[in-house]
Amino acid sequence: MLLWLIVGWVGFCLVPWYGVEDGFFSFVWLFEGYPFDSDYAPALFLLFQGEKTWLLPLVLFLLGPLQAMAKPRSDPAHARLLIIYGALGFGWLIAQGFAIGISGWQFGWLESLFGPLGDRQFGMGYGAMLVASAFLFVFTQGIAARGAVNGDIFVVGAIGFIIAIVTVFVFYPILSMLSSAFITQDNAYSISVFFEKFTDKRLWGLACLSGGRCGAAWNSLVLAILVGALTTILGLIFALVVTRTGFRFKRGLRAMTVLPIITPPFVIGLAIILLFGLSGSVTQFVADVFGIAPTRWIYGMPGVLIAQILAFTPIAFLVLIGVVEGVSPSMEEAAQTLRASKWDTFRTVSLPLMRPGIANAFLLGFIESMADFGNPLVLGGNFDVLSTEIFFAIVGAQYDQGRAAILALVLLAFTLAAFYAQRFWLGKKSYTTMTGKGDSGVHPHLPKRLAIPVFAIAGVWTIFTATIYVMIFYGSVVELWGVNNALTFKHYLTAFSLKMGENGLLWTGSAWDSFWTTLQIAAISAPLTAAVGLVTAYLLTRQKFAGKNAFEFGTMLSFAIPGTVIGVSYILAFNVPPIEITGTGIILVVSFIFRNMPVGVRAGIASMSQLDKSLDESSLTLGANSWQTFLHVILPLLKPAILAALVYSFVRAMTAISAVIFLVSAEYNMATSYIIGRVENNDYGLAIAYSTTLIMVMLAAVGLLQILVGRTNVGRRLDQSRTNVTAHTKPIG
Amino acid sequence: MTATHNSKAASVSFRNVTKVYGGDVRAVGNISVDIAAGTLVTLLGPSGCGKTTTLRLIAGLEMSTSGTITIGDNDVTNLPATDRDVSMVFQSYALFPHMSVLENVSYGLKFSGFNKAESKERALAGLKLVGLDGYDSRLPSELSGGQQQRVAVARALVLEPQVLLFDEPLSNLDAKLRRQVREEIREIQQTLGLTVVYVTHDQEEALAVSDRIIVMNNATIAQDGTPRELYDAPANRFVADFIGEANIMACEISAVAVDVAQVKLGDIHLNLPSRGLHSGPAFLAVRPNRVIVDVPGVANSIPGSIVRLTYVGNHLEYTLETTHGELFATSSDVESKLKVGDPVAVRFAEKGPVLLRD
Repeated sequence: MLLWLIVGWVGFCLVPWYGVEDGFFSFVWLFEGYPFDSDYAPALFLLFQGEKTWLLPLVLFLLGPLQAMAKPRSDPAHARLLIIYGALGFGWLIAQGFAIGISGWQFGWLESLFGPLGDRQFGMGYGAMLVASAFLFVFTQGIAARGAVNGDIFVVGAIGFIIAIVTVFVFYPILSMLSSAFITQDNAYSISVFFEKFTDKRLWGLACLSGGRCGAAWNSLVLAILVGALTTILGLIFALVVTRTGFRFKRGLRAMTVLPIITPPFVIGLAIILLFGLSGSVTQFVADVFGIAPTRWIYGMPGVLIAQILAFTPIAFLVLIGVVEGVSPSMEEAAQTLRASKWDTFRTVSLPLMRPGIANAFLLGFIESMADFGNPLVLGGNFDVLSTEIFFAIVGAQYDQGRAAILALVLLAFTLAAFYAQRFWLGKKSYTTMTGKGDSGVHPHLPKRLAIPVFAIAGVWTIFTATIYVMIFYGSVVELWGVNNALTFKHYLTAFSLKMGENGLLWTGSAWDSFWTTLQIAAISAPLTAAVGLVTAYLLTRQKFAGKNAFEFGTMLSFAIPGTVIGVSYILAFNVPPIEITGTGIILVVSFIFRNMPVGVRAGIASMSQLDKSLDESSLTLGANSWQTFLHVILPLLKPAILAALVYSFVRAMTAISAVIFLVSAEYNMATSYIIGRVENNDYGLAIAYSTTLIMVMLAAVGLLQILVGRTNVGRRLDQSRTNVTAHTKPIG
Repeated sequence: MTATHNSKAASVSFRNVTKVYGGDVRAVGNISVDIAAGTLVTLLGPSGCGKTTTLRLIAGLEMSTSGTITIGDNDVTNLPATDRDVSMVFQSYALFPHMSVLENVSYGLKFSGFNKAESKERALAGLKLVGLDGYDSRLPSELSGGQQQRVAVARALVLEPQVLLFDEPLSNLDAKLRRQVREEIREIQQTLGLTVVYVTHDQEEALAVSDRIIVMNNATIAQDGTPRELYDAPANRFVADFIGEANIMACEISAVAVDVAQVKLGDIHLNLPSRGLHSGPAFLAVRPNRVIVDVPGVANSIPGSIVRLTYVGNHLEYTLETTHGELFATSSDVESKLKVGDPVAVRFAEKGPVLLRD
């Protein structure tokens, strides 16, 4: 309590109130006129100098909670005062932020009331941020003191925090974007424009059934369903091979399935073109041997489908492996002792218990496919999908914000429908299998009739993936693919050369700038993403509070919106005060957090729903508060989910393209947008060489993370399993 | 920890406590009860009667919808579990699977301000108390069910809580172990002078361990008393039937004078404590071992015949068909020559029958 008040006062009196131009992590302001220069001054000094007088009421709201602290916690007045001051302070902060825009007062009546301003509103900085969080937590502590969620300060605070950041960084930009769906070219609101664009034939046409081109909406939907289903099946197959067979090269397989996620966009698409395109290696080979004329069959649905399955199967795998490992072995052993054969056990016990994982994996595959932008761009041909249409609506010659917004709406509707279908399918059944009782069982091996096809599919797919990667590597060391196949390192040298100069090492390679920026942004955003995602998952699975469904919806929303839309909406929303972060590194970090958070949430939910609630409760009755319980009991049991969230968010931050391409600036250029620049200049060699380097870096990073997070030993008798289970494979009698 | 009386043990009291789930499901309805410090009180009842909810209300895992709960002198009604000096042994034990036995037991100590060395010392002492010294570095999955249960008890005990709660702690143990563990729990409770609230649906377990039993049914208290009171003088049909077996028969109260009722049941005339009842039809309960099977024709009896006769070692079990319905009786006279079909006279031992209030 006191802590947050102190934070509030520090924000008000000590650090610069407005955003500092040199960047969030730069501290030159300390030496350049602080604290009196009005660019760098804290709010208190601004007030003393008679500037920004509209910040004055905040003093009152920051003093108020002291009054509440004088009263005991059980006094209703304590709670009431905290709520009032917290809400007023937070509200005032927002109101003043929006009331004054880039050109003075936003609303005419305010100007006529207070007279014109000599100054504009600047973006909020450290000071405003600290004060805002102080108000927020004062408010949530008030709510907690009133007895919400059993009076749990940590939980109420966490809920308030997540709601606040999701509102600011998801709802606010999306709403400002969607409001443009109703705006005509000359800035007037109109419903008819909306309907005209909504019923467009390019969106809903069904001509492909009779040989023409179908609408983007149908294309996206069919593609997403196929991708969701196929990636889930493949992911499950890999998860089963790794956990339920005596397969020896499990680690190799794990690494292999992770490869496609750490591959930057376009690369899989490019490799597929190199293999199956008109002059691709496979196409040429088939044409030579079987005399089949090369066609452009890969461009369109088949190519996009293959590329997306390659790209998203690993996500399904990461989600499913935790769930497959989490199914309590005693359940399976119980089934076997009830005279179920291995196959029956798998079909009636293991598989149904994996349902949350399967549903989540499908949902992720579906949404990823809907939102994917790189692969359709490279391989789509005439196969229009929503995400690329949105991109072209904004960057293309037509520049039609309204159309982009409507396409985004349709996309959103599809993904939300998938979300609710998943909820419906899971129903209200309980899938808890890890109870507080120590489980000393052993996972059975797969039944034979399942093991053989599983191995076959996993094998074929592994070979296919391997080929793709060999092609990528090979492509990076040839002069010019398909034209001049001489081996060379020149692409690497152009990108990453180092020279010893007079002042020591010189980073002369053209890619270094974007490379370091990318690493830095990814390293900052990954832990933040994982933290926000897991805390959200904890709140969703472990706590009961009013409006939980809306809360879940809000936290999943950013995932359902394609990156292109996020990118554009961020630019529209954060180019102007009160939050002015366009062109900074912060906007990149923020966009990554909210783009990738849902993966952390889903992985966390899937694992947490397998932890029995009595574990939390016993920790609470032993005197730990809910934060300590989260830290000491939940987190250690969630290491697989943490790893998944960390890896995923790090890697996505390094490989994402769709949102990034709108948000990069000269100062903060990301690797992927640099690569696209190369691709656009037909400099494939350099693009692939850079991509290969990124893949290597990410591999190293993933390995490092795996070591850092470590494994939690829950004492399953894994070593025993091999002897135990194989000994009984022969039928008795 | 001092012998016989623990200075920290505190009383628990409920005043008009109600818990409603989701607006209309009443799990606990307007309960008022006082649990004295240093006693072991059992909440007994069929599943769904509200006993576990009551326990969780004491723990702070549920918050009451209305009413006040006090522990010792403190009003804890709005206090969450963390801030109550109460610990609980769960039905599933809820041992943290990723921590060793020692880490599990010292978990709560860590949050109670003890330093590392002290926590370890206390945890080891706790393990010793439950007879698990030497097991401290094992993982819960490497212990048997009974051992896991003891770890759970030790984990709760070492905090020396004001109140210790047990949620059906023996339901996952085999019968022999159950008797042993329940005796150990009782012994530890008495030596340390702990206040213990214990939930079970097993009436034998409740009778064996408790200072006092609170029988619950349909979210309310059906009866509250010592094991002997409950067994010998059940307040109503539900308690009579739930605790031990009982024959419940319709009878007629012909007159009541100074708390003594004249009861008529066929040819049997009894003078019983009236327990606030008035003249008119009533019910009376008789324990099977208080039903005497006698030769036909004795005074103050009703006629019947033997339908079933079972020899179970230390006694005989009779099922009798009488003019007042089927009765179940036990007799320690295993040498009896009676056979199925024999006509008999049924009478009641003195102090046997009890009038039921409803």
